[in-house]
Amino acid sequence: MSNVFIAFQHNEESRPVIDAIVADNPNAVLVHSPGLVKIDAPNSLTIKRATIEEQTGRPYDLQQIHVNLVTLSGHIDEDDDQLTLSWKH
Amino acid sequence: MNIDLQARSIEPLRHTYAHVAKYIGGDKPASRYQEATMGAQPATNFHYRPTWDPAHELFDATRSDIVLADWYVLKDPRQFYYASWTMTRARQQDAVESNYQFVDSRGLAAMIPDDVRAQALAVLLPLRHAAWGANMNNASICAYGYGTAFTAPAMFHAMDNLGVAQYLTRLGLTLAEPEALDAGKQAWLNDPRWQVLRRYVEDSFVVQDPFELFVAQNLALDGLLYPLVYGRFVDDHIALKGGTAVAMLTAFMPEWHEESARWVDAVVKTAAAESDANRALLRQWTKQWAERAQAALAPVAELALGEAGLVALDEARSQLDARCAKAGVAG
Repeated sequence: MSNVFIAFQHNEESRPVIDAIVADNPNAVLVHSPGLVKIDAPNSLTIKRATIEEQTGRPYDLQQIHVNLVTLSGHIDEDDDQLTLSWKH
Repeated sequence: MNIDLQARSIEPLRHTYAHVAKYIGGDKPASRYQEATMGAQPATNFHYRPTWDPAHELFDATRSDIVLADWYVLKDPRQFYYASWTMTRARQQDAVESNYQFVDSRGLAAMIPDDVRAQALAVLLPLRHAAWGANMNNASICAYGYGTAFTAPAMFHAMDNLGVAQYLTRLGLTLAEPEALDAGKQAWLNDPRWQVLRRYVEDSFVVQDPFELFVAQNLALDGLLYPLVYGRFVDDHIALKGGTAVAMLTAFMPEWHEESARWVDAVVKTAAAESDANRALLRQWTKQWAERAQAALAPVAELALGEAGLVALDEARSQLDARCAKAGVAG
């Protein structure tokens, strides 16, 4: 079993995204380094647009994550409402 | 010479300001909205009473009959602070600008049948003056209201209304000559069908209680006006008769109304939930001003949609009543 991870710039715009990921993925672990937030999770991790909108209070286009996305790993499954990273080992 | 570069992580000693931490429950990372709002209201040590109102302090919660233990409970669900509000509106402005270019490049304005164009102008241009009135009223709510959580979004709302007025002006100049704006003003001042609405707006200028004014302008009047004019008239009537360009050029208005209705409803709902006295007062204001607003818009609805106008207005009132019921202030 491997970790998938996703990393964002640590700023105000990514804060609701990170909060949403932590809320939706109980096994996710946050690692802070200067200017960066990396989120590791075993096997799979899902980002849900609806959860981000609960944080921001306003409509959110899931593509907005790319403004602050640094890197990620895992197979990507993506649509308008969610982005899932996973490994199938 | 050897230069050794290292990244060092410097952790702040605290996550946020003490006056913000007090409201969010401890030393946690705070959002920009929280930092811009919580604890920002001047509350004490005012040096003098206003010469224009010596019965109150400069910032005084007692200017309103609504009583709240803590005015910061009136949070904006949109979490707008200056930067996020500006950027959101800038994006919307870009979209409208794009619509104007689309209409312009394909000559869509000229393609609107003359009678449809005249009807659109007759209904929409006098509303510039109503939008200006809304700007005045929201600026008044910001000036005399208490509590940054309540007054800051009111100022954004005031500027938004100014934007609506400017979009209507620009619509007039796109569909017709500048004389059309004068004609709209003359209609606002002299045409009997506009006088009831005009009296509503002008009477609202002297409402003293900022919360009552909030209900009268943002909930009662706009809650009927926007669905009626931009939903039933522009989208369901003008657009279907060859006036799609009008819907494109006024695209901001219905979108903004829906977004800001979330704020208006949240404010009213929170204030009503605090006490029976607040709830009773809000119910009374809502009923009184919604009745008056419906009467004020009746001749406008007839001007826009003929006989079907009063039916459309009744439907808009039912929708407003449902909104108010969800917020706990149905009359």
